Amino acid sequence: MAGLIARPPRGATHKSQRGSEETPLIKWSLITVALGFVGVFLVLPLVNVFYQALQNGIGFYINSIKEPDTFSAIQLTLLMTFIVVPMNVVFGITAAWAVAKFDFRGKAFLITLIDLPFAISPVVAGLMFVVWFGRQGFLGDWLDAHDLKIIFAVPGMVLVTMFVTSPFVARELIPLMQANGTEQEQAALTLGANGWQTFWHVTLPSSKWGLLYGIILCNARAMGEFGAVSIVSGAIAGQTETLPLRVDKLFHSATAAAGVAAFAVASLLVLLALLTLAIKSYLEWRTEHAEAVAQIESPKLNNSHEH
Amino acid sequence: MGFTLFYLGVLVLLPIGGMLFRVFEMTWSDFWRLATTPRALAAYRLSFGASFLAAMINAVFGTLLAWVLVRYQFPGKKWVDALVDVPFALPTAVAGLTLANLFSPNGWLGHFLVPLGIKGAYTQLGVVLALVFVSLPFAVRTLQPVLEHMEREVEEAAATLGAGRLRTFATVIIPSLLPAILTGFALSFARALGEYGSVIFISSNMQYKTEIAPLLIVSLLEQFEYSAAMTIAVVLLVVSIVLLAAINLLERWASHFQR
Repeated sequence: MAGLIARPPRGATHKSQRGSEETPLIKWSLITVALGFVGVFLVLPLVNVFYQALQNGIGFYINSIKEPDTFSAIQLTLLMTFIVVPMNVVFGITAAWAVAKFDFRGKAFLITLIDLPFAISPVVAGLMFVVWFGRQGFLGDWLDAHDLKIIFAVPGMVLVTMFVTSPFVARELIPLMQANGTEQEQAALTLGANGWQTFWHVTLPSSKWGLLYGIILCNARAMGEFGAVSIVSGAIAGQTETLPLRVDKLFHSATAAAGVAAFAVASLLVLLALLTLAIKSYLEWRTEHAEAVAQIESPKLNNSHEH
Repeated sequence: MGFTLFYLGVLVLLPIGGMLFRVFEMTWSDFWRLATTPRALAAYRLSFGASFLAAMINAVFGTLLAWVLVRYQFPGKKWVDALVDVPFALPTAVAGLTLANLFSPNGWLGHFLVPLGIKGAYTQLGVVLALVFVSLPFAVRTLQPVLEHMEREVEEAAATLGAGRLRTFATVIIPSLLPAILTGFALSFARALGEYGSVIFISSNMQYKTEIAPLLIVSLLEQFEYSAAMTIAVVLLVVSIVLLAAINLLERWASHFQR
């Protein structure tokens, strides 16, 4: 990493790199193969969604989205995101704070635990909640007696989505907070700020872009989660159907019109994904820009952070 | 701190513990019988085989993409870089839907490929295609920062000492990238193994043929075969945890390598 700063200006490196560069022929064939792969695997599927969605005309497209069950799926997806994302933001911030700013025994274990939901299959995650809250689950009788429904109802869907998306914010913040170090916090504390003030005025502002980045990713996954949610939802149209489940149901209906409607609903999720990517790219550009400025302004300070 | 532990405890540890507890209630022979039914074995074989193939394909194309994105300048590079994250941002159900359509006999790609005998939709090949799609970003994004920080002086030294570009590539570049490539491979593999949404759209989901392990769990659950479903789930869970541990070790090795 130290080489980043010691590196000579751009023009100079370019001239001396002759020996470590490929011939233009190889270079451009590699670029062509890479672009071909991206085109077929990443661009074509996205374009296809819109093409298929619009093949019965724009009127049909709008009607498929305004259809009551689809409309309620949009509402439910938004509702779940409004619950899940804030919960995981609070968790992500506290978890990252604990891991980055304090030393304690079992820290490595805690980090692994934070990562665990990423490694577990969403289907397995869904099943784990059925084991607790399902009819034959540990709490099944108790829930029945109190007329509470978690599985095949919205609370269960919220829970599994929280599980699946819990690592996003924490994972983005941990490395960032670790890199920022604790010197600034210590300075704030020395100047008489209490823990909360330090957190609000020092820790949080310095990692706000990472936080936003985590929120964006968490949000995208929360809206798009399929496997885990499908296990606990029961997919009752108009009640426990999220947008991805709606796509699934329409796709598996026999009629051709439903097939087109599936693509229409899917196109909403594609738009969401593209919006996610746009914000993500913007945030990346912001942080890189900020880093470049910081490096020009105070190269020495930055250097001391590299181990 | 307390909140973190509480949240993780309730949301992660309790559910895992609950499922393990239910499985521990079974006898070992019951567990073994349910975990190794012919249908389950076929599902593991497909899941592991297809995930392995997908991770291999991503190791090759992911490395190529990362290389091209880091080392070369070309028009539209920023767009390509942003597009690599499409599989992260796109709901898996949508990915499965559109891939199934593309590779079906009437689809844009199937139209050309099916007459050639390449059937991408509703086959085992389809499973691999979906898994390649969902796990591609892991391979690229793991390698990119490593490539960016790789010191070109070493390659220049190799060139000065008379090594051709190919030899430099094989003896200098690949060995120093290997830990990152392996990490990317393991991440892709882990992701592919658990994937459900995209696969069920593109696969015909037939027992013994195109049924992946997560789908087997779902169908067992739908038939109220709770013990069998939980048994398969625990097998997958154990594999996931082992993989996660392996990835942590690999990452430590990779960062050690860089310094």
